[in-house]
Amino acid sequence: MGAYLFKRTLSLIITLIVASIVIFIMIEVVPGDPAAFMMGLSDNTEAANAVRTELGLDASAWQRYFTWIFGMTSGDFGISYTYRIPVSELIGQRLLVSVPLTLYSLILSTMIAIPVGIIAASRRGSFVDTVLMGLAQVGVAVPNFWFAIILVLFFSTSLGWFSAGGFLGWDAGFFQGLKALTLPAISLALPQAAILSRIMRSSILDVMDEDYIRTARAKGLSKNQALIDHGLRNAMIPVLTILGLQFSFLLAGGIIIESIFSLPGLGRLVFQSIAQRDLIVVKSIVTLLVFAVVMITFFVDMCYALVDPRLREGAQK
Amino acid sequence: MIRLIIIILSVIFYPNLLSAQNKITIGLQMEPPNLDPTAGAASDIDEVVYGNIFEGLVRIDQYGKIQSGLALSWDISKDGRSYVFHLAEGVKFHDGTDFDAYDVKFSFNRARAKNSTNAKKYIFKPIVMIDVFDSFTIMITLDHARSDFLFNIGLGDAVIVGEESAANNVYNPVGTGPFKFKRWIRGERIELIANDQYWGGAVWLERVTFKFITDPLSAYTAMMAGDIDAFPNYPAPENLFLFEIDPTFDVIVGLTAGETILSTNNKSAPFDNILVRRAMAYAINRQEIIDGAMFGNAVPIGSHFAPDHPYYVDLTALYTQNLTKARALLKEAGYEQGFTASLKLPPPIYARRTGELIAYQLAKIGIDLKIENMEWAQWIDQVLRHKNYDLTIVSHVEPMDIVIYANPNYYFGYDNKDFQKIIDDIDHSNDKAQTEKLYQEAQRKIADDAVNGYLFQLGKYGVWKKNLMGMWRNYPIRANVLRDVYFAEAQ
Repeated sequence: MGAYLFKRTLSLIITLIVASIVIFIMIEVVPGDPAAFMMGLSDNTEAANAVRTELGLDASAWQRYFTWIFGMTSGDFGISYTYRIPVSELIGQRLLVSVPLTLYSLILSTMIAIPVGIIAASRRGSFVDTVLMGLAQVGVAVPNFWFAIILVLFFSTSLGWFSAGGFLGWDAGFFQGLKALTLPAISLALPQAAILSRIMRSSILDVMDEDYIRTARAKGLSKNQALIDHGLRNAMIPVLTILGLQFSFLLAGGIIIESIFSLPGLGRLVFQSIAQRDLIVVKSIVTLLVFAVVMITFFVDMCYALVDPRLREGAQK
Repeated sequence: MIRLIIIILSVIFYPNLLSAQNKITIGLQMEPPNLDPTAGAASDIDEVVYGNIFEGLVRIDQYGKIQSGLALSWDISKDGRSYVFHLAEGVKFHDGTDFDAYDVKFSFNRARAKNSTNAKKYIFKPIVMIDVFDSFTIMITLDHARSDFLFNIGLGDAVIVGEESAANNVYNPVGTGPFKFKRWIRGERIELIANDQYWGGAVWLERVTFKFITDPLSAYTAMMAGDIDAFPNYPAPENLFLFEIDPTFDVIVGLTAGETILSTNNKSAPFDNILVRRAMAYAINRQEIIDGAMFGNAVPIGSHFAPDHPYYVDLTALYTQNLTKARALLKEAGYEQGFTASLKLPPPIYARRTGELIAYQLAKIGIDLKIENMEWAQWIDQVLRHKNYDLTIVSHVEPMDIVIYANPNYYFGYDNKDFQKIIDDIDHSNDKAQTEKLYQEAQRKIADDAVNGYLFQLGKYGVWKKNLMGMWRNYPIRANVLRDVYFAEAQ
């Protein structure tokens, strides 16, 4: 186990170093200069040069790479070119919106998808199954921004139950915050729930054909009992894999929903930073996302190793 | 008893019944990058802070006129070189420090310093001397008379900042204005509160929130849901009619200082040929563009000057669409078969829509435009800095910016000695009538040379609640000054 852990950690570090170099180079070659952007249409190269010096943009590429990397390992992500506040603070504020929103929509989508998947699978081929899977098909097909706009028009402009967008921060109260995230979370959850329920259904159907279910049935358990006691846990594995993927996707991928609801989330920050050439923010977020994905994979690998002895032994050979 | 309960309940649920509304939420499409108007060119900064947090010696009102600001009055010497400003006394910055003549000196010296990041350093270039007579009297001496100096120091780039707080203004702005900065939830809102100690007297509004809504449709739903009281410049002219039919809103179409032009690279062939540029001018149909791209909500222009300015001359009749003439000019220039050129468009919707119509109109005389859509940073790099373009469409939003045509290195590449002479004369002019004449001459000159295609003045599409009073109708400069804004009592 120790050797396996060491090997995995080493590859984790190498992945991160390679990723940081790739990210840095990609951002270096992007045309456009943050200082010039700040000066807009004004005819003023002198001030743009002063900005460049102020931002430390006139140092060599190597120098900037190492300042960035060593700063990051000690938690210093640098200062945002546009906002002029620490990048870590900026990202921290956004994570306070994006992480809860992601969790909220994942909880909603699981709460819908798992029962729907179970019901559809247990009544395979029935009218209920057809209707549920038909709805799931629609859920996959409906663009979530359109759904979001419909939600706003209905719940905000017509009924006035929710405000049409914005997020006051968690210090305005937990439930206030939750309320502000509800419509966006629903819009994000819909397509995810649709995908998840289809996977849940087919995964259960696969499991129900397994030998151990037949054994359980032979023992005298009803179909539903066999499903709940033995099938469900096994059927959850692909669902969890998809949930993991959805988590990393939603973290920065909710950008359209974020702009519709004017939420200060991570996705909009990345987009805006790219547009304004606030490259230090872009670099940091992308690296952070790579780090998060790599860590999740690392974590999953560790779990595999724990449940599957063959992996550990294989590593020791 | 029952009465008492009803009163208590109504106060809880309808606090507005007791007093006129004193909180306002204003929608803006663009979030400012930082809050220091003296560092960086973003007019988005001025939209939040100008006249609200920061004030200058003079201020520009919604008609573009100069009013007294921190300087209550001023005397200009006969030769037009020296300005003596008499400053307001008892003014405090929001951090409690006192305002005096030394702050003015500090602010101007900071703006013209070598390492200054002020986007309009040129405002301060003519200053040769700043003399503090006493705490509230200051004299500024220029190299020679300048007709535009007083207006320029009314811009956001010349606001007065405190020596103790200047460095932090980017994220914690400290000024002398009627509102104090409270907090900024980046990506979402900026909140201001009334400054109880404001030297200019009490203001109506207690709390001000600027909310940033990028998406035009979300701007609409936020207005309809009542989240926003005012959108001083609503981002989608095509939706204005939805507010016009709604009795709760006022729709005010005003003017900005933004001349929307078909910028032309006067240095690259075939656009270095005046015949080609004139041919293009004859091919353009402004009304068709205004109707198609701006849904009728814009004013045509014939030169690079704001139509609501007193010095404006209407030159829209100089070139009106005449395809025969246009083709004849192209033939004379040797391009009977037409030619192909690129049209690089920045992201704003006005540019993208106008671009398509321009391509359609120029195609009629055989000019085949290849449209390239770009993001701002790319556009600034390629078009503005490296002048690597044929044609582009952009709105020049700075007030009185016809002077940019005098710089041969600006991206138009217009190098004309006669024009430069006119601008130099304006610079030295110390006589109002003469200045006006010169400005008109300047407008005629660039229109006659068809330096760029002059299309329309960008409108300001104000949408706000009917009982909201005192909002700016026009944007002579980008600013939402809230000092005199209030809600009328509900009828």
